[in-house]
Amino acid sequence: MVLVTRKAEFSASHCCRVRSLSDAENYRLFGEDANPNGHGHNYVVEVTVEGDPDPRTGMVVDLKHLKDILEREVIEPMDHRFLNYEVLPFDRVIPSTANIALEIWRRLEPQVATASTRLARVRLFETADLYVDVEREDLAA
Amino acid sequence: MTSLTRRYRFSASHRLHSPEMSDAENAQIYGKCNNPFGHGHDYVLEITVAGSVHPLTGLIISVPALDDFVERHILRLFANRNLNLDVPQFTDMVPTAENIALVIADLIQRHWPDQFGSMPARVRRVHIQETDRNGFEILLGVRGHEAPIPVEMEGVTVHG
Repeated sequence: MVLVTRKAEFSASHCCRVRSLSDAENYRLFGEDANPNGHGHNYVVEVTVEGDPDPRTGMVVDLKHLKDILEREVIEPMDHRFLNYEVLPFDRVIPSTANIALEIWRRLEPQVATASTRLARVRLFETADLYVDVEREDLAA
Repeated sequence: MTSLTRRYRFSASHRLHSPEMSDAENAQIYGKCNNPFGHGHDYVLEITVAGSVHPLTGLIISVPALDDFVERHILRLFANRNLNLDVPQFTDMVPTAENIALVIADLIQRHWPDQFGSMPARVRRVHIQETDRNGFEILLGVRGHEAPIPVEMEGVTVHG
């Protein structure tokens, strides 16, 4: 088994607020992410695929193919967007780092899966000092 | 399950010297780190919290709450301190990065239940970067990694 990781970046704005909570409670939970007008990040996503290298090509996955999937499913829809207003399901799901990472997993998982490869991990950096991991063994539990 | 990793920084000085060894042994094992006047590092601390994503808030843990916890229980004790002289845990323990990581893991586990005990979030990993080249990691809840805080000098690794 070999793990292969591809990185990509997108810039987007978001706002994290629960409508049923007070302003003070939202700021306590989310910090400045609760600003109602939103703010932006340069998100960095690292996608890890696992599998055995193909005996003929020596590759687990064609990285150009993985790049295209990432571009089509994540970067193109999310880059330079206000996630709450322009990207589903963030009209009703809070675009927290964890929820964005989970949504990226949902979008990529069926596209990446083949007879010999599958998605192992999505790591999403919101800033250099904060990232969320979604990992396969955890999801199965 | 999902996890969230948050990175913190603190600057501190230390001197690696064991009273149980001769001056020559200390100099040989710790090298430059044995300098009697000490020296400092800009430490980078990573804390990984594993847990489920709350269906309403979308959070594994509130980052401001985690920041507050780390500030109160760790950074306030370590930041801009002489670890040997200012941090009681190192009165009888050499402040190697290994031991710093173990002390931080212990502080986290000791205080976690008071603030986060009712939540599913648990600290899974403590990582200390002492310099760009040296990293030290403790995986909590993994067999063999939940070592108690060392009270003896045994097991202290050569370290520069």
